[in-house]
Amino acid sequence: MDRTKKLKFIIGLSITGLIALMTIIGIVKTPYDPCAMDGAAKLAGISLKHPFGCDQFGRDILSRVLVGVRETMLISACVVFIGVFFGTVLGTITGYFGGWLDEILMRLNDAVLAFPSVLLALVVIGLYGSGRYQLIAALGIAFVPSFARIVRGEVLKIRNLDYIQAVRLYGASHLRIIVVHILPNLKTVLLSSIIIGFNNAVLAEAGMSYLGMGVAPPAPSLGRMLSEAQAYIFSNPLTAIFPGIVIVIMILGFSLLGDTVKKN
Amino acid sequence: MKRIIALVLVSVTLAIALCGCGGDKTEGGSSKITIGIPQDLEDSLDPHEAVAAGTKEILFNIFEGLLKADSNGNLIPAVAKSYSVSEDALTYTFTLRENVKFHNGNTVTADDVVYSILRNADDGSGNALISAFLNIDSVNIEENDIVIKLKAPDPDFIQYMTLAIIPKDQSDAATNPIGTGPYKFVSRSPQENIILKRFDEYWGEKAYIEDVTLKICANADTIVMDLKGGSVDFFARITTAQALQLEGSNFEILEGTMNLVQAMYLNNAVKPFDDERVRQALSYAVDPDEIIDLSFDGKGTKIGSSMFPAFKKYYIPETADVYDVNIDKAKELLAEAGYADGFSFDITVPSNYQPHIDTAQVIVEQLKKIGVTANIKLIEWDSWLSDVYSGRDFEATVIGVDASTMTARAMLERFVSDSSKNFINFSDPEYDELIKKALNTYDDAEQTKLYKDAEWILTNKAANVYIQDLAQLVAINKDYTGYEFYPIYVLDIAKIRPAK
Amino acid sequence: MKYALKKTATMIITLFFVSVLVFFSFSLIPGNPAISKLGTEATPERIEALSHEMGLDKPVTQRFTEWIFGVIRGDFGKSYSYSQSVTSLLSDKIKTTLLLSFMAIIICTVISIPLGIFMARKSDSKLDIALSTINQIIMAVPSFFSGIILTLIFGVAFKLFTPGAYVSYKTNLLGCLGYLFFPALAIALPKISMVSKLLKDTVLKESEKEYVRTAYSRGNRTKAVFYGHVLGNALIPVITFMGMTFADIIAGSIIVEQVFSVPGLGRILLSSISGRDYPVIEAIILLLAFFVVLSNLIVDLLYHKFDPRIHV
Repeated sequence: MDRTKKLKFIIGLSITGLIALMTIIGIVKTPYDPCAMDGAAKLAGISLKHPFGCDQFGRDILSRVLVGVRETMLISACVVFIGVFFGTVLGTITGYFGGWLDEILMRLNDAVLAFPSVLLALVVIGLYGSGRYQLIAALGIAFVPSFARIVRGEVLKIRNLDYIQAVRLYGASHLRIIVVHILPNLKTVLLSSIIIGFNNAVLAEAGMSYLGMGVAPPAPSLGRMLSEAQAYIFSNPLTAIFPGIVIVIMILGFSLLGDTVKKN
Repeated sequence: MKRIIALVLVSVTLAIALCGCGGDKTEGGSSKITIGIPQDLEDSLDPHEAVAAGTKEILFNIFEGLLKADSNGNLIPAVAKSYSVSEDALTYTFTLRENVKFHNGNTVTADDVVYSILRNADDGSGNALISAFLNIDSVNIEENDIVIKLKAPDPDFIQYMTLAIIPKDQSDAATNPIGTGPYKFVSRSPQENIILKRFDEYWGEKAYIEDVTLKICANADTIVMDLKGGSVDFFARITTAQALQLEGSNFEILEGTMNLVQAMYLNNAVKPFDDERVRQALSYAVDPDEIIDLSFDGKGTKIGSSMFPAFKKYYIPETADVYDVNIDKAKELLAEAGYADGFSFDITVPSNYQPHIDTAQVIVEQLKKIGVTANIKLIEWDSWLSDVYSGRDFEATVIGVDASTMTARAMLERFVSDSSKNFINFSDPEYDELIKKALNTYDDAEQTKLYKDAEWILTNKAANVYIQDLAQLVAINKDYTGYEFYPIYVLDIAKIRPAK
Repeated sequence: MKYALKKTATMIITLFFVSVLVFFSFSLIPGNPAISKLGTEATPERIEALSHEMGLDKPVTQRFTEWIFGVIRGDFGKSYSYSQSVTSLLSDKIKTTLLLSFMAIIICTVISIPLGIFMARKSDSKLDIALSTINQIIMAVPSFFSGIILTLIFGVAFKLFTPGAYVSYKTNLLGCLGYLFFPALAIALPKISMVSKLLKDTVLKESEKEYVRTAYSRGNRTKAVFYGHVLGNALIPVITFMGMTFADIIAGSIIVEQVFSVPGLGRILLSSISGRDYPVIEAIILLLAFFVVLSNLIVDLLYHKFDPRIHV
């Protein structure tokens, strides 16, 4: 590992660590109740009491950002899990067995891939109602095809390796070959795509809640905070800056980690 | 390499320089105005088919009825020059004004008027676009007069004579509105703008401003930017937060009332809201003053029943004081009703209207004090219409209800048990009786009393958790003046004029 | 040629799948668009009459066949909300969004390719490290946030453009392009970082190759080797990548249109979703899918032309 890569890894890891820490604080205890309103602190600036200031209801922005990070992380984790799980199942089956099933599933896959994931989620949520679980489901579905495609490609490669052919000649069952010989080999490719997936999920979640299709208020979400802050861009640009920077940092952390993992 | 960098620099500078011509600034005092509207008219432009309040407030400038409303809420003659009502209140005679022109240049004839009325009356199967028109027995032309005969007296009938008069031979009314109003329709570009032009052959006082662009500002968060940046000169409904940000700018903020009843409407048919005590408990716990302070900077009028202050004749100020905040009383009532430990419910709020969302956010906090957990559920306006309003599948919703005509009936008839508009499933025999009596009473004082009694029932039974009549804040560029508030939902562009 | 035919056939099949998915998923949605349209004035009679007028009372399969044959003829039906044909409704919006997307692509190409070459040639210098760091950060900024920042800097502080004062390309093409420059930049920024980084990496990798070393060792240290061989080969993956990001760019423009109040496909898509204007949503999705699939096809074909070894 050369120096820059090492540096990237360290920075990426520390940012991700910071985000994890924020998530934990968000779960355990925030300085203020993120939804508690205080008429006296409306759009208050930065102070020791409120390091990030307050929003239009006098709610502490730091607390809201912390809970927003938690929300984004949990949603992204669920989305990536759905994507990885179903993507792996589909990709393995189609890649391993091939045939007409493969052909149909891959065309369907292409059809879903033909939309940007945000667009797909937008339509699903717009029509079936917004909320945390709907968002997870919508983005999760949108994430399946890309994982399926990656896994399928990898399975195709492994399937044709000599030793798999040999094992098959020994009479091993398909299930055994898949579980014992193929799945463990997917680790590396899955690890890097999980990190990239996380990156995309954070971005998609923020975009969706920016469009007002994320978690319902008053629950804080980074994207919604940004869009609400846009109304105060002349008088209080800071209300937009903090949630924005946190989103940037989250994505930066994942992309740095992703870079280093991918190349090793 | 250098050349490439130079090329990049040149193209970037060029692009930025081009932006100089981007801002299409309106000159002060010129004869055009850009009016921001919060949503597109995703609707038919046919005045009889249009349903959205946002569409009707614009069509007000294009169409007129035999009569039209003025800014005091009175009916004044428009396409009709005068009218009279017979002694038995069954015959209405309208005298047509001479030489009223449609925007297509044709003169309005009695035939056009009859066509416009009959189009909304009984279609032969017992249905009518306007249900009050089912009461019409006949419409006849006598020389220059239109004579309408009713089957039974209806004290509110005259209010419906603001019905838009349209040409009888038009086939594309849904996309190309032709009326007699002070402005004519030029074009519309969905989600972008609607363009109107002054109608120079208007029979009455002509509009001041020649070219009007109604710009759709769908993103509420960028409205301040649009106003301050100069791309919008006028916006009829800004929030208090937006108003604060416009302080010290080139905008004047006018304050009026929205003329609607904002409340947390409760589904009286579902548990636990079928219990009057629970509804009263919520009314004691919710503090409209705090909502008005926190979400609306103190602007707004607290109300206590389904009537707003602009309807002076019917409005009862005392209803607003019945449920002064009393947490102990609220808890007591909950305990009596068997909910000592509180309960939890969903407040369904349409996602496109921030003031209602903001109100709901404060209510959630206030209800925590009596151990009641409310969850906000945001849904699209259309889902709200189909699930909440038509389907009545909800527990509570925060929304504003306004009046389609200037009658108490428009506000109160909906809460009659079997009304198709009674989305809260309110059911009270005494109320039904009062409204039925009021509808058949022709004496004004007596009728007013009946309506007021009905309002008290809504308050005492805590049909809904009443909150406020929202303040309407209008931002108008100081280059313009003359805007007038109406007690109904209209935007009268013809009155706006350059300040100089 | 056979390859192109096969790819085109696959594309058509994919689009057919898309249209089936789109149409039937909309048919499954609860709720009646007629109720939405009638709003608070819906009565059972009016709902029934309007449902009939909209053709909602026909069986799903019949509606689908009618719709798909219409689509083939370029007729997407009539918008529920606007009572006008979807084609006339969308033609302006598509042009606006495509204009925005193409501007983003042009900005991206014009900046990222020289930048990538520059970074590759100055590899490991302080300047390169600084640029790479900035790149890494910009890559992490979502386009709607950079849109807000750009508005803050160029709109509010420097007043180079008036936020929200979009002018239609029909009335003032230059003004329109000028206004769209900033949203296009917001969309292009992360892509610029990605493309320039990719180009730098591929150029460096290519320079390591045997033939380049041979050329250099023969004393051919001129720019001819670089521009003639290295860059040509290094651009292939870059073109592929840019083709693949086309979908992202269109999706990005839908969100960024909201930030800058540009009345393109994004706006009308959001409003028709909330208005349950199914014919419009279906048409937009199908069109976007068409653009994405088409761009993938073009990339595949180009790739095939440059490097005929690939068989998929």
